[in-house]
Amino acid sequence: MADESINKGRRRFLTASTAVVGGAGLVITAIPFVETWLPSARAEAAGAPVTIPIGKIEPGQMIRVAWQSQPIFVVNRTPEQLEWLPKQDPRLRDPDSKEPQQPKYCQNATRSIKPEWMVLIGICTHLGCVPDYDGEVKPMPFDPNWKGGFYCPCHHSRYDVAARVYQGVPAPLNMVVPPYHFVDDTHIQIGVDPKGAAA
Amino acid sequence: MNAFTQWFNERAPGLDAAYKKHMTEYYAPKNFNVMYYFGSLALLVLVNQIVTGIFLTMFYNPTAAGAFDSVQYIMRDVHWGWLVRYMHVTGASMFFIVVYLHMFRGLMYGSYKKPRELVWLLGMLIFLALMAEAFMGYVLPWGNMSFWGAKVIITLFSAVPVIGEQLVTWIMGSFVPSDPTLNRFFALHVVALPLVLLLLVVLHLGALHEVGSNNPDGVEIKKHKGPDGHPLDGIPFHPYYTVKDLVGVGVFLIICAIIIFFEPTVGGFFIEHDNSIPANDLVTPATIKPVWYFTPFYAILRMIPNKGFGVLALLASIVVLFLVPWLDRGKVKSVRYRGLSYKIALTIFAIVFLLLAAIGDDLTPGWIVSIFGPNADITTIENLFGRILVVLYFAFFVFLWVYTFFGLEKTKPVPERVTTHA
Repeated sequence: MADESINKGRRRFLTASTAVVGGAGLVITAIPFVETWLPSARAEAAGAPVTIPIGKIEPGQMIRVAWQSQPIFVVNRTPEQLEWLPKQDPRLRDPDSKEPQQPKYCQNATRSIKPEWMVLIGICTHLGCVPDYDGEVKPMPFDPNWKGGFYCPCHHSRYDVAARVYQGVPAPLNMVVPPYHFVDDTHIQIGVDPKGAAA
Repeated sequence: MNAFTQWFNERAPGLDAAYKKHMTEYYAPKNFNVMYYFGSLALLVLVNQIVTGIFLTMFYNPTAAGAFDSVQYIMRDVHWGWLVRYMHVTGASMFFIVVYLHMFRGLMYGSYKKPRELVWLLGMLIFLALMAEAFMGYVLPWGNMSFWGAKVIITLFSAVPVIGEQLVTWIMGSFVPSDPTLNRFFALHVVALPLVLLLLVVLHLGALHEVGSNNPDGVEIKKHKGPDGHPLDGIPFHPYYTVKDLVGVGVFLIICAIIIFFEPTVGGFFIEHDNSIPANDLVTPATIKPVWYFTPFYAILRMIPNKGFGVLALLASIVVLFLVPWLDRGKVKSVRYRGLSYKIALTIFAIVFLLLAAIGDDLTPGWIVSIFGPNADITTIENLFGRILVVLYFAFFVFLWVYTFFGLEKTKPVPERVTTHA
């Protein structure tokens, strides 16, 4: 009571330290709330590998299956489709698959383990739509020089049968090839790399 | 009654004063025209959305498994459920019609100019909150367009450098839009964003009533006050404008009733046909497009053949609206007294906005075929047309700054008082 003068320095220090400590507390408290939005344990568990029988897919045909709630396309490519693949290179954004859109063991001319089997996540790299499979080599309304591939109905992005993106469309990247391996000649498993292969 | 009023006011400090300040003694310019209906109509729609929304919440099931069916249940089994839902859906679209006209009014009469910059900024924040609210509301019925719209719009965030992919997963709470996404959108749509919207509306009106309303002549009525201290060209908001606005409300409700009772989908614009199909994560609708009120901005995204720049342009097309009070350096507010070039530019801007909406709504392929014949190269023509429109959209703002900053505008003399004063 003796000294009634105001110690402004101490007052400023107390105000600032209260604000800093309180602010830090708020930030730390916010973390659990922000993290509630991360995929839950249940959502993570839904990402287990799936095995697909491929023995009944005729050449030129495609099947769709779900893995981690994403559409997986499996195409049995015809010799004609494979023949056209290298000829598309000048029209593509990333013909040599330099971008990391596939496991290392699929970074080759056909973007696959076996040339005839194309496995990909059927999600357009533009905004995540599911492209249509137009496998036939014939002129299409959206491309008179169509050599078979994938066409996205949302914003007209186009990919060849190795899911490599064409130039001049909104999609920036080739579609993703998931990790997969051949269990035997008629089954593949999505979500697991081949033995000994590094992703 | 008097005794009760007095008893009440003594115990409710500020209530009577607030009523006077915002209603009976809020002096608004007496020359408001038809463009000045849309603020109060937006408030009316907000009330409609809250009331109908509360009732929809009572019957809606916010899970991926149950959402679509519960909306059908509301439409078919709940007494008057169809009416409540159609009021809510029609309200959403009418909200944007009213808000777009309200914003256009601001551009016409310079309502964003000093001293009303903050009113404009708060209004733009309301517009942002409204877009988020409408987007999340659109996801809730969990139709196929809900699902794919959600996916496309959330994936926009993957354009953020470094953390893009993780951000998308964080927003979805999964690797695709699914139960967690729907649950959190429901919480945001019915609790968080309505609170934000209400707060922003209070601030918007508070800021407006602090500086006073602009008017079609763009003159400050506070410059000429009578002996009683009230603006000579102002009239009390209540009863004059409450009664005037009631006329607008009547006309507006007739239009809404026609839509709700006779054509609630408005030909697939207010309710899209693909949303009558349950969400399916393996099948994309033939054309994915947002509801009509997002299509101008969506067209800007679509016309740019690069993901990063497309998202940036979309963002810029909205951010640039925030900057209008500082881009426009002209002293004259109302289009009535501004230079001819401004009138032309504003007209072109409005037309460009509508044409961008047509592109975003996928109306253009039909137009192109009818003009150039069935063999026309739709993609090339649409891209050319659309990119010109994108350039024109942004050119308006560049023009606005150049035109006013370098003093190129030849304005007409602005009257001292509103032109209709006696």
